[in-house]
Amino acid sequence: MRATWAFLRRLLSSPIAALGALVFLTFVLMALFAPQLAPFDPIAPNLRARLVPPAWAGGPEQHLLGTDHLGRDILSRLIYGSRIALLVGMAGVTLQALLGITLGILAGYFGGRLDVAISRLIDTLIAIPNTILYLTVLGVFGPSLVGLVLVIGFIGWTTFARVVRAETLSVRSREFVEAARALGQHTPIILLRHVLPSIMAPIIVVATLNVATVIILEAALSFLGFGVQPPTVTWGRMLADGRNYVATAWWLATFPGVFITFLCLSLIFLGDRLRDVLDPRLRGR
Amino acid sequence: MTAYILRRLLQMIPVIIGITLIVFVLVRVSGDPVVLMLPEDAEQWQIDALREALGLDRPLPTQYVMFLRDLLRGDFGTSLRYTNQDALPIVLERLPATLQLTLAALVVAVIISFPLGIIAAVYRNRWPDVTATSFAVLGQAMPNFWLGIMLILLFSVTLGWLPVSGRGGLDSLVLPAITLGTALAALLTRLMRSSLLEVLGQDYVRTATAKGLQRRLVLLKHAVRNALLAYVTVLGLQVATLMAGAVVTEQVFAWPGIGLLAIQAINSRDMPIIQGVVVVAALIVMSANLVVDVLYALIDPRISYT
Repeated sequence: MRATWAFLRRLLSSPIAALGALVFLTFVLMALFAPQLAPFDPIAPNLRARLVPPAWAGGPEQHLLGTDHLGRDILSRLIYGSRIALLVGMAGVTLQALLGITLGILAGYFGGRLDVAISRLIDTLIAIPNTILYLTVLGVFGPSLVGLVLVIGFIGWTTFARVVRAETLSVRSREFVEAARALGQHTPIILLRHVLPSIMAPIIVVATLNVATVIILEAALSFLGFGVQPPTVTWGRMLADGRNYVATAWWLATFPGVFITFLCLSLIFLGDRLRDVLDPRLRGR
Repeated sequence: MTAYILRRLLQMIPVIIGITLIVFVLVRVSGDPVVLMLPEDAEQWQIDALREALGLDRPLPTQYVMFLRDLLRGDFGTSLRYTNQDALPIVLERLPATLQLTLAALVVAVIISFPLGIIAAVYRNRWPDVTATSFAVLGQAMPNFWLGIMLILLFSVTLGWLPVSGRGGLDSLVLPAITLGTALAALLTRLMRSSLLEVLGQDYVRTATAKGLQRRLVLLKHAVRNALLAYVTVLGLQVATLMAGAVVTEQVFAWPGIGLLAIQAINSRDMPIIQGVVVVAALIVMSANLVVDVLYALIDPRISYT
């Protein structure tokens, strides 16, 4: 507990990281309390209030950020959209981490043919430009929330695997692992109790930064029409609608992008600071 | 060197097999091609006959070998949407547009990141560095398609300087290239800065400075040249990311490349086109990585590839 506090204090002693944590926390609270916070129903159309500009740009007071082409309140939609962004970001990265850590640790620890097989699988997955692969798989299986998370997890685990493999290789022959082996401990115990804890730092950093990557990816897939389908609100879909009205109603496309950028900025700030605190070797990379 | 290139080419074989396996599985999972090809009221014997003619009654491994043989001959099947046209020529016809966009984005990324990274490292922690680093972080946090829409809003809608979409003269390339290149520029700026800072702390740089060499000469001849290694490596690895980003960028600007083609094909379940796009895109990424590996060997004389 004391160590956790000390760690948190060191993490947040950087003003940029503290700002990142604050912004991220705001988004989490926004997602949790969306029904209480949103001033309007995010999906109910109101055809009498279509394409109303933001309040400060000549629109009525009740629609702070204006309305879209169906008269839906942009702010309310943005608040609800944070749910999908965070859900897909966190769940997707969790699945990526589970797969990537498992395969990476196996490849790094055992080496040999298993390593070659896993490494070639990684080479294969990163050779195909990822959006094409994601779109194809989602096109074949049909887009859905669960499908999206599964696809992101099963295709995007390679970053974790590469980092974990390299780290495992470097600790495999260190004394504490050798000692555990000499004491006759079972391999799964060695991997989980000795190897994994010693390589957690880079894993945490990759996880934080990957949430940002996945949030942008989710937005891109939704933008292309392959994300979670309406009536569920996604920032990517809002951007796609906004693209069609870019010449007449700038606010449709502007605000979802601002939200995505702020959320990702907060994660990058946190991730960079985590890297500095946890793993000084990786600084600046 | 030749032996090294040969070995790298050999290493590509399992990856190519892996890619074709993924494509094969996706095509098989996507639905029965016979049902798509025949009219809805086809008799069972007609279905069976076509299935036999296409080899779909054979065991899966045999089907895969047949599939691979067709691919090697450049036969990706006939497009369902463009009736009776071979898929591969349709994909190849769209390829120049994507290559043009990707290369232009690469140029944008290098033009921005190279000087910016150097300036950031030289003026470490002063305002030029803060500005450059802020750009780099922002560039990584922004979704590129949103940046594209904002650029359209500013330069096409409000100022009327550049076309909103489509592929015409060079002016139509400007916004898509910036859209696609910015994230890479951001990444490379950070990379150039950090690897240059690392190099600037090395003994040989201090020696060169102590020797009384001009600051600029030390920077360019000793430091930048060494920082270039990491830069080129990442540049090569990012070709896949650029091609992936091109899909979304092409959609924003209605740019007629293979990304736009892929999206249309996926929407109409035109599997021959999709497999063409996947295989062609993967081959481009792999060749780019090979070129980078060779460049790497040329830049860094310390590494011998025998």
